[in-house]
Amino acid sequence: MHRIAVIDYGMGNLRSVSKALEAVSNNASVVVTSDPQTILSASHVLFPGVGAIRDCMAELKHLELEHVIKQAAQEKPFLGICLGMQALLTHSEENNGVNTLDIFTGEVKLFQPAKNADGEKLKVPHMGWNQVHQTCPHPLWKGIEQNSRFYFVHSFYAVPEDKRVIAGTSAYPDDFAAALYKDNIFAAQFHPEKSQRAGLQLLENFVNWDGQSS
Amino acid sequence: MALAKRIIPCLDVDGGRVVKGVQFVDIRDAGDPIEVAKRYDQQGADEITFLDITATHAERDTMVHVVEAVASQVFIPLTVGGGIRTVEDIRRMLNAGADKVGINSAAVNNPEFVREAAEKFGSQCIVVAIDAKKVSAENETDKWEIFTHGGRKPTGIDAVEWAKKMVDYGAGEILLTSMDKDGTKSGFDLALTRAVSDAVNVPVIASGGVGKLQDLTDGIKLGHADAVLAASIFHFGEHTVEEAKQQMAAQGIEVRL
Repeated sequence: MHRIAVIDYGMGNLRSVSKALEAVSNNASVVVTSDPQTILSASHVLFPGVGAIRDCMAELKHLELEHVIKQAAQEKPFLGICLGMQALLTHSEENNGVNTLDIFTGEVKLFQPAKNADGEKLKVPHMGWNQVHQTCPHPLWKGIEQNSRFYFVHSFYAVPEDKRVIAGTSAYPDDFAAALYKDNIFAAQFHPEKSQRAGLQLLENFVNWDGQSS
Repeated sequence: MALAKRIIPCLDVDGGRVVKGVQFVDIRDAGDPIEVAKRYDQQGADEITFLDITATHAERDTMVHVVEAVASQVFIPLTVGGGIRTVEDIRRMLNAGADKVGINSAAVNNPEFVREAAEKFGSQCIVVAIDAKKVSAENETDKWEIFTHGGRKPTGIDAVEWAKKMVDYGAGEILLTSMDKDGTKSGFDLALTRAVSDAVNVPVIASGGVGKLQDLTDGIKLGHADAVLAASIFHFGEHTVEEAKQQMAAQGIEVRL
């Protein structure tokens, strides 16, 4: 039986993530936890998060979870969501610059004021339903139509050094990385737990994922 | 590929039931919040907002249970507003499954509360709700003022300046309600919506006055809103969210269908 650990480090609403996981998994148990042993003994690990990166990293340090996350990210199907994706990069420019977990080499940057092709001002945070263009086949995209809409709410976005780790892009107005992948790791800037049908499909794919990226 | 404009049905909840006030006075029953939320989710609502109009402390628990029940079954963003006054109020709603909270009077009484809330929970979940009324005469430049207590109490604060200030304090979104239009079914106050939306760099939700589908399109095209909120047009089955989106799409607005 699969056991999915949702990492609880005090950043945001974990109820939605765990309820959505429960809704898509028939024979998996979902546990919201900050206990290293529970995380490391789980079959799947979900690293969620909303809020600011400085607090996120401070909480991970405080709970001694940095190495636990790094280890889990090497070993088992691992899904980072929103801030839980941004924290996987090397460094974020939020909060005057914060060093992050460096699982994907790269930087997290703030959206600059911009206009779209119609001259309309693009607001920050990038909030709402945007299309995600799947740039590679991946088990987590299974059953999800190309260019499906997912719910985003963020002001910063990931810029990985190696573009080959990008699994999906969205445009605001320029293309940015909406999802990253590497081996057993998948990370989404959007919130699958808030993205209705397409989001639940992605979570279901994650629950059933063996950690192989093809 | 572009970000879609959002349609947000609003459920006024009192004692665990959905009701809708017309100009915040006359109240009609529109059903069980969980059933209503599920129906809107199926129709393609982009988010759902609950406005807790419960007055008593004891009934606040009812609202928490409503949010918990909805969040277990409806997987789109949920916002809860009404009576949010403390960090603890916010924490309770977020833990119950809300994604955002709307802060109204408490922001007027103590703007620092918005800063504190945004620092603690992140700007992405802090929506500042603004109730504005036009105070300029016909021959004057447009001017709107903030009102609290369901539109009864003037504050002397300019609505556009207030919106800018709230964004500086950390608001991630503005929910803008025209008190003149609310419940009239005569359309949004487009000049107000445009003035606020153009003045701030965060998303603005237009609210108050939707009576027909074209009003939603106008709120976005003419009012420059990023999202539109409506209640009675959807509650009583006059129109579905899907119909509204079809109509918006036909006029060139990017929507999630």
